[in-house]
Amino acid sequence: MPNIAEILQGNPNDSDYNKKPVIVQGMTGNYGAYHTQRMLDYGTNIVAGVTPGKGGKKHENIPVYNTVKEAVDATGSKISIMFVPAKFFLGAAKEAIEAGIKLLVAIPEHVPVRDTLELLELSKKNDAIIIGPNTPGVLIPELIKLGIMPASPFKSGNIGVLSKSGTLLYEISNNLSEAGFGQCITLGIGGDPINGTRLIDAFDMLVNFPNLEGIVVVGEIGGDAEEILAQHVINSNFKKPIVAYIAGRAAPKEKRMGHAGAIVYGNYGSAESKVSMFNKANVPVAKRPAEVAMLLAGKLKKTSA
Amino acid sequence: MRLLEYQAKELFAEYGIKVPKGFTSKNIEQGRKDAHELGFPFVIKSQVPVGGRGKAGAIQKCHNQDEFELKYPQILEMSVKGEKTRAILLEKMAEIKKELYLSLFLNRGKRCYTIISSAEGGVEIESVKNQVIREVGLGEIDKQIAEDVAKEIGLEGNSVSDFVDFLQKLSKITIEKEAELAEINPVAVLSDGSLLALDGKVITDDNSNFRHPEMLKYQEQTELEERAEKSGFSLVELNGDIAVVGNGAGLVMSTLDMLSDNGGKPACFLDVGGGATEESVYEALILISKMQNVKGILVNLFGGIVRTTTVAAAFIKAYKNKLIDLTVYARLKGAESEKSREMLKNTQTQLFDSVEEAINAAVIGVRKNA
Repeated sequence: MPNIAEILQGNPNDSDYNKKPVIVQGMTGNYGAYHTQRMLDYGTNIVAGVTPGKGGKKHENIPVYNTVKEAVDATGSKISIMFVPAKFFLGAAKEAIEAGIKLLVAIPEHVPVRDTLELLELSKKNDAIIIGPNTPGVLIPELIKLGIMPASPFKSGNIGVLSKSGTLLYEISNNLSEAGFGQCITLGIGGDPINGTRLIDAFDMLVNFPNLEGIVVVGEIGGDAEEILAQHVINSNFKKPIVAYIAGRAAPKEKRMGHAGAIVYGNYGSAESKVSMFNKANVPVAKRPAEVAMLLAGKLKKTSA
Repeated sequence: MRLLEYQAKELFAEYGIKVPKGFTSKNIEQGRKDAHELGFPFVIKSQVPVGGRGKAGAIQKCHNQDEFELKYPQILEMSVKGEKTRAILLEKMAEIKKELYLSLFLNRGKRCYTIISSAEGGVEIESVKNQVIREVGLGEIDKQIAEDVAKEIGLEGNSVSDFVDFLQKLSKITIEKEAELAEINPVAVLSDGSLLALDGKVITDDNSNFRHPEMLKYQEQTELEERAEKSGFSLVELNGDIAVVGNGAGLVMSTLDMLSDNGGKPACFLDVGGGATEESVYEALILISKMQNVKGILVNLFGGIVRTTTVAAAFIKAYKNKLIDLTVYARLKGAESEKSREMLKNTQTQLFDSVEEAINAAVIGVRKNA
């Protein structure tokens, strides 16, 4: 699997270390423009935008190209973040991968599952990482923001946070920051049934972070990503503290709870199933978001003792 | 979209999967005509978007007119797991030798489609024993794989060719209609060895609806759900008395959990989307004002980018326009919360620093007014 830290930060010898160039697909739309500005404010090195038909223009002093290929050729970027409507997602995402993008952050919600599956066939062949769709993005506090998350919840530190949900990622990261647990990376895998980067993939990306001290997993009902991760934790003999939270215990069965992926069929996707697997993996599951930081503090104390 | 049995069977028939002869009605007048056309005996089947109909008594045999006059209205009035009967399917009974299980579904963990089949059908999937499981990529199923599965579940003779035919057609439906699940449970093996789909369940990907105008006739939405969708919200109506509103699916689910833990009963799950503006919160309050039984409103917003003052303005406008006359228990995390508190001072909105406090106040407040 490609190393996400290396793509996001590069090597200390690189001339653009910690300043990796980023392309924004759909930069000139309202939503894209707004978040481009927020990302620039955070320090993300956005070097080009792509909007078909607007090539040659400038947006906030950033050149806009008609195609991803032109943008990549001009800037050497390997990272793209997408703000295109779901209907046009597949075409734009394929274009990015074919142009050599190695990390694609797919913000759009409501992408058909079939389009995501088709994109994943291509990204596997090209050794590219897809984060999303329907993700808030990925962020290394005080370094780079690729997404739509607000800046204020995140502080630099050594905890990795993975989440299916956007707002819960903000809420729980905010609690962690206030409790003195800064983050080395926070990553939203997205609320869709099929994720470009699954919880288990994201976990494998995280364990390579040099100063990682612990992991927080924010799951929710639907699918079996949490169960698969719990089994993986058992198999991998990972020793650092992990704490989880699962949203949706009170949700009725067979009802889609906002996210396309948040639906329980029988026991498949149920909170009970996820909690019991995490318990088997010795991962405590918080009852409320505010409890996560407390559980983590307890776990960290135990490991260091 | 979750198709009802008769809708799934319509789709099956369109693709050439054999189904029993049947008619669907929504009132007894039409039901009588259907019964006459079909001829006794037959099965009366409640059409609900949930499993467990058999156990609930929502599927019953009917042998004559007297039985029909008694059972039809009974089943029409019935609810299964809180879901009201949407329609009634009258269907011919078949001479069944054996019941099989067959489904093709989106395997989320493996990120591919997967066949599950078994020689022991007719029960819920979790109780299905001796499952034969095959991963099939994007859902294409060639003849060889289908034959292998048929033989592995012990089929012989013409049952094998019928099974291959069913499975390949199920695959076609899954691909062409973008289904997350296409299930036939049970598949009946008849005395002559041929197969028949006795039940049908199809769930399509809502996000692909824009490519399938032909499927829209199957969509069953309440007025409120339709309106919520137009506003870009997600709404699930529930049976309690405290409306739950927030931004982001995970946060609203989490609020629902904590409310239930504290003895509160949610009236709805309403996600106004990741951002929250004065307009979207006001629109949410309009939706809630149309719901029955709501005695209090619990709001949980994690702003970040959003100013809480814009949300406070929405509450004030709702009271001023007499849209709502209920207490709002709100937790607004974000910029300018002091100013919001000041704005909401003499209104029915109570602001709290934590969602836990807001929930406690809501549960106590609503109980007091009950």
